[in-house]
Amino acid sequence: MAELTRTIKYEADRVPGFGREVMSVPGCEALESCIQCGTCSGVCPLSIYMDYSPRQVMALTRADFKNEVLRSHTIWLCASCYSCTVECPRQIRITDIMYELKQRAIKEEIYPKKFTIPVLAKEFYKMAHSQGRVTENILATLMFLKTNWLAAMGQWKLGLGLLLRGRFSLKMESIKRKDELNRMLTTVDNLSIDSLTDGRSAPKKGSH
Amino acid sequence: MKYSYFPGCSLKGTGRAYEESLLPVFRAMDIELEELEDWNCCGATAYMAVDEVKACVMASRNLAIAEKAGHKELVAPCNACYLVLNKTKHYLHESPSVKRVIDAALKQGNLTYTGNVPVRHPLDVLVNSVGLDEVKKRVKQPLKGLKVAPYYGCQIVRPYSTFDDQYNPTTMDRLLEALGATVVTYPLKTRCCGGSLTGTLPEPGLLCSYILLKEAIKRGADVVATICPLCQFNLDGYHDKIEAKWESVRIPTVYFSQLMGLAFGLPAQELGLHRGFVPMKSLPAQTVAA
Repeated sequence: MAELTRTIKYEADRVPGFGREVMSVPGCEALESCIQCGTCSGVCPLSIYMDYSPRQVMALTRADFKNEVLRSHTIWLCASCYSCTVECPRQIRITDIMYELKQRAIKEEIYPKKFTIPVLAKEFYKMAHSQGRVTENILATLMFLKTNWLAAMGQWKLGLGLLLRGRFSLKMESIKRKDELNRMLTTVDNLSIDSLTDGRSAPKKGSH
Repeated sequence: MKYSYFPGCSLKGTGRAYEESLLPVFRAMDIELEELEDWNCCGATAYMAVDEVKACVMASRNLAIAEKAGHKELVAPCNACYLVLNKTKHYLHESPSVKRVIDAALKQGNLTYTGNVPVRHPLDVLVNSVGLDEVKKRVKQPLKGLKVAPYYGCQIVRPYSTFDDQYNPTTMDRLLEALGATVVTYPLKTRCCGGSLTGTLPEPGLLCSYILLKEAIKRGADVVATICPLCQFNLDGYHDKIEAKWESVRIPTVYFSQLMGLAFGLPAQELGLHRGFVPMKSLPAQTVAA
């Protein structure tokens, strides 16, 4: 017999304050007014592959179910097409909330193991940060090496095709003033997150 | 008029055919594109998933360099760059706190952002600033009989609709008609191509691309025209995998600028048309002439 698992969430699963914290980020405020109509799930071209629909992610986020949303596949399946954002009758920037949740999942390192998408995001970030530009083929190679190098074998035909058409390059692209960019990005690390909330109360982690 | 040109990483890599066709077409239109000095990655999608504020810093550096160089407008041909640069402008205008952080970061490079350089897509510039009459004047080989599915992708119309209708954009349709092509009805023109999922999670990503290609064939198109390097890559590069999973939907996908170049009589080789996985058949008009 198939293994049965509980799908109903318990009060004890909540991480109180999580919803507030997300809703205090610039651009994510409107989540408060979600009416759970499901338009986002209806227009999402990828919802058929998601474990939680976008509507459920909105409800779970607002209700403090941090672990469920940060571990969900949904946030990584969002391809940023913004269909939900433009269709939402309450003008909730759902795509931006997905970005906020992705950032939190990466920061806390709670995403599905060996899942390619957060690995790609992190490698993309590192390369853009250190070189100022992204060399697509090196990035793809790194991603496969760090997740499933066997899958890279399945890419040989595409790689060869790109090579034959002069679209494959392993020469690292970079900007001239890397140090300038680095100084600029480091400045952000040194500024407190409080300065990001326009003077509204900024709940700290663990508060509420 | 001279424009600042922000190529973005893809146009120097897998999407180089876009740049190879865009530059000669702009030259033919007598518009100067000057590549932005020391431009950096726009901070697109994948970067934004790690740190959105830093993504805005990446974008702002480009905007500020354009301002410093005295450029009036910035042209960004990639949909993702176009969106991130515009999104950053929105954040800078909406949120004083984000602006404070960005200003502090820019100061490290002796740069400032005032917001007076609009970010535009080349399609918008060609149709709305230069005009279709100027385009028509340069058409030497009309694309008579060529049926084109105009595919715009997501981020050019969402979440902001800047120069066209959000649900039914027609700028490229009108441009293609001016080139003599027949534009087929293509209701999926702004549906998602799968973005980077095609490489990361093939099944859901490729399904998105498959649907678009199948619909284009069903509508009788000979070719799909794109305005974004990632859309072009997805619709062009994965035919083997799509065929293995579903069925063959081999239809060429080219950049709108490549079709413009052909209509202007520029040689196919110089427009990067040899870089596509599914080659475009020679134009019906040329076949008749031969």
